[in-house]
Amino acid sequence: MNIKIDVKNLDFFYGDFKALNNINIEIEENKVTAFIGPSGCGKSTFIRTMNRMNDLIDGTKHVGEIIYEGKNIYSSEVDVVELRTKVGMVFQKPNPFPKSIYENIVFGPKRNGIKKKAELDRIVETSLKDAALWEEVKDRLDSSAWSLSGGQQQRLCIARALAMKPDVLLMDEPTSALDPVATSKIEELIGELKDKYTIVIVTHSMQQAGRISDNTAFFLMGKLIEYGETSKIFSNPEDKRTEDYITGRFG
Amino acid sequence: MSNVKKRKLIDKGFHILVFLTTLFGLLILSILLFDILKDGLKWINIEFFTNFTSRFAEKAGIRAPLFGSIWIITITMIFAFPIGVGSALYLEEYSDDKKILTKIIKLNISNLAGVPSIVFGILGLGIFVNFLGFGRSILSGALTLTLLILPIIIVSSQEAIKSVPKELRHGAYALGATKWQVVKGVVLPYSLPGILTGSILAIARALGETAPLIIIGAVTFIAFIPESIFDKFTTLPMQVYNWSTMPQTEFHDLAAGAIIILLILLLGANAVAIILRNKYQNRIK
Repeated sequence: MNIKIDVKNLDFFYGDFKALNNINIEIEENKVTAFIGPSGCGKSTFIRTMNRMNDLIDGTKHVGEIIYEGKNIYSSEVDVVELRTKVGMVFQKPNPFPKSIYENIVFGPKRNGIKKKAELDRIVETSLKDAALWEEVKDRLDSSAWSLSGGQQQRLCIARALAMKPDVLLMDEPTSALDPVATSKIEELIGELKDKYTIVIVTHSMQQAGRISDNTAFFLMGKLIEYGETSKIFSNPEDKRTEDYITGRFG
Repeated sequence: MSNVKKRKLIDKGFHILVFLTTLFGLLILSILLFDILKDGLKWINIEFFTNFTSRFAEKAGIRAPLFGSIWIITITMIFAFPIGVGSALYLEEYSDDKKILTKIIKLNISNLAGVPSIVFGILGLGIFVNFLGFGRSILSGALTLTLLILPIIIVSSQEAIKSVPKELRHGAYALGATKWQVVKGVVLPYSLPGILTGSILAIARALGETAPLIIIGAVTFIAFIPESIFDKFTTLPMQVYNWSTMPQTEFHDLAAGAIIILLILLLGANAVAIILRNKYQNRIK
């Protein structure tokens, strides 16, 4: 079992508020790891530390280490721009750029130095195919991404992230703004993607975590309560609080 | 309910009231336009454009002020647009909002938009005409007008930049874009329609100004077309001002003619900006 990301004693603060408290977790390669927990438990904050998106919020600070490829991503050896090309992210609300479908996909690759039209075309096709969107949009790559439905937009955002050929894909409640049909498509997609990528997903829905993840981490009030194989967490949790949450007694 | 009738009546009354207020503005504008067209249209012919101004009304034309206005507005936009948008980008994207200096700058730029234009004229006279030695030239005039409209462009650009959704910026950052790439790839394209709207207002303002140009010494009697930014100049509003102070009524009608051309120029400039804006807006949809 290869460890992709190793988090050691991570605390995270918004100003004086301690949002994460001593998190230790090992994310396994080519697995789907789900973060579950009630609102405000820190699961979204945590996933956003892994590609340092929290840097964009004023007044945040951290203590501890996140080791990726042998280096602490917060150390000066790691360039945050480069990190984000390897650790991609899909957001809660679909956020395609106000550009054509084609331009959305090539946004990242173009800015990272790929100029050749033929290569960009190839990236667009493979990314859209990987995101199971190709068949629906191949005839209208030049139309605006905003003309797509919500579910299609989210798959476009996944394709956009895949176009960077990332190593890890972070997904922050990717289906919370989608209808059940679109949700099941994305879940199916996640199952296919884990052969190539390491996926971390934050989800509000325990059923979703149960359906798609290999490992599950349960968070409560900024603490990691329990982490293990999904089947074990759901059938035989060790901690009373995990059990209460999973059986729907709170949250 | 017994008061439904009364509430509906008030509803209707308010509808009529706001309609009347709109009508008031439209009415005044129509009267004004009608009056100007009545006086001015008969003077507009080929000679009106090809002749310079003259002591004789029938020989007077707007050649010099027309070219002067076009020169001034072009040079003004060349300075004001990049400086204004650049400042707005810095203030919104790069500066640290928590610093007191940033707060003071932001507050004062809004205040500058309310400073009377004649004050900018005095500043322009002191700095551009005398200190920097540009003289009473197009360059001095354009730089003075640049100072005048910069606050308008900066404030409206700031608003447009602020309206870019956080999600789009984050989406771009998450793809490994640098700050400049996010600004160029997402922030600017998204906010350009709003920036152009502000610039339309600014162009209109600069095109119609007289007071600061009088202060820096634009002359009204000019019998040549400016050929460089260091030439003397006059503008359409200056010519209108000059003609309307003449005792003969023919000159007042000539002024009306010049106003018509000024309005057309203004509408033309606005049309260009609106076309550009719509082009980018459509791209967004």
